[in-house]
Amino acid sequence: MSMIIKMKDLAGDFAENKDVAKDLRVTKIMPALADGKEVVLDFSGVSGTTQSFIHALISEPIRQFRDVALEKMHHKNCSDVVKEVIKTVYEYMQESLDSGNYEK
Amino acid sequence: MKATLSNSDYLRNFDRFISRLDFSDPDTLRIYSHPKWINVHPAVLALIVAMAMRAGKQNVMFENLTATSGSYLDRMGLFEFTQQKSPYTINKKEESGRFIPITVIKNSTEQSKFITDMVPLLHLPADKTDAIKYTIGELLRNVLEHAGSTAGAIVAAQYYKKSNTIRIGICDGGIGMKKSLQHYWASRSKTDIEAIKWAMVPGISGTTRKEGGTEDNAGAGLFFIKSIAQVARNYFMIYSGSGIYKLLLHDKRVEKPRLHPDPDDDRHSERNDAPYFQGTLVAIDLSLENKSEFTQLLSAIREVYGKAVRDRKRKKYKEPRFI
Repeated sequence: MSMIIKMKDLAGDFAENKDVAKDLRVTKIMPALADGKEVVLDFSGVSGTTQSFIHALISEPIRQFRDVALEKMHHKNCSDVVKEVIKTVYEYMQESLDSGNYEK
Repeated sequence: MKATLSNSDYLRNFDRFISRLDFSDPDTLRIYSHPKWINVHPAVLALIVAMAMRAGKQNVMFENLTATSGSYLDRMGLFEFTQQKSPYTINKKEESGRFIPITVIKNSTEQSKFITDMVPLLHLPADKTDAIKYTIGELLRNVLEHAGSTAGAIVAAQYYKKSNTIRIGICDGGIGMKKSLQHYWASRSKTDIEAIKWAMVPGISGTTRKEGGTEDNAGAGLFFIKSIAQVARNYFMIYSGSGIYKLLLHDKRVEKPRLHPDPDDDRHSERNDAPYFQGTLVAIDLSLENKSEFTQLLSAIREVYGKAVRDRKRKKYKEPRFI
């Protein structure tokens, strides 16, 4: 089972609204991962995003579900900008987890 | 309060503008100006609006506003924050109007609408706007989350065709960066300039003592913005309380300016004796000439950010005890 989230419908063509990111995280991504589902974040039509949006969207799932989140979250149709920002958050989140230096 | 507009209030000379500010008597604001010519960075206008909001619209007065180029103040919407009517008549449809007039943003919904609506105002190709949207989006969000300003964020921007640069100013009349960091980082924010610099270190957030942040804040925003300005070889300045940090231009002969996690290592000027401003002003000039893609820039920032996190982690490793 997988859940597909169309980012453009919720966050617009430049994803920067952290309130939207937080809502998606709390109401969709976290429950889906808790149920063992795959989560597909479809960025089709989203030209760019900010680091703080992506952090609010996926940092907590990575912190809480760790390898499960890293394996079950998929990012589809990403522009180069979106890819770079997601790679940044993945990298520093995994560094933070390794050091136990991240608080809820 | 007093502010004086000159014929060259850009980031290169910003200290001159700041030295003429007077924040005493917060109930009135008198704006003086050069009699023949007014040239100001949008950050100047954002700061003046923050002062005008504090004084109250009816208590804002222009003195000797005679420069014909003062019509720019009207074009940018400054007179909407004053009781005084504009003495200028402007044609709002002139082609040269590549600007974002002074706008007040109070919540994330207004922010999203603003970011969508602002791009057509600049008449720029879509591939040139990612860095602008990124910068304005992150800075506005910083104000809404951390500034404690009930009046919201004040933003203005102007595109300069000759230099192919967009100049952006974002201001708030909130608690200031020092107070914003006091709860978790009191020892690193004893002065305004210390607070400004500490807030730019990767992984430092005013919302937690832990480096790396929380589920909602990573503490990366200002480091990213400073780095964007640095790679684009442009000015970036923060003014809060009595502190001012200004990133200086890099030598054009240096092919790739080096990014530093510690703002002390960047080529910059700083002071902690500026007229005390209750709030925060961030100003940035973004060159659109930069040949490297925004994605390459983000990639370079990611590498420095990751290294900074790793290096700080190593510093906390315990040494073996040899006896």
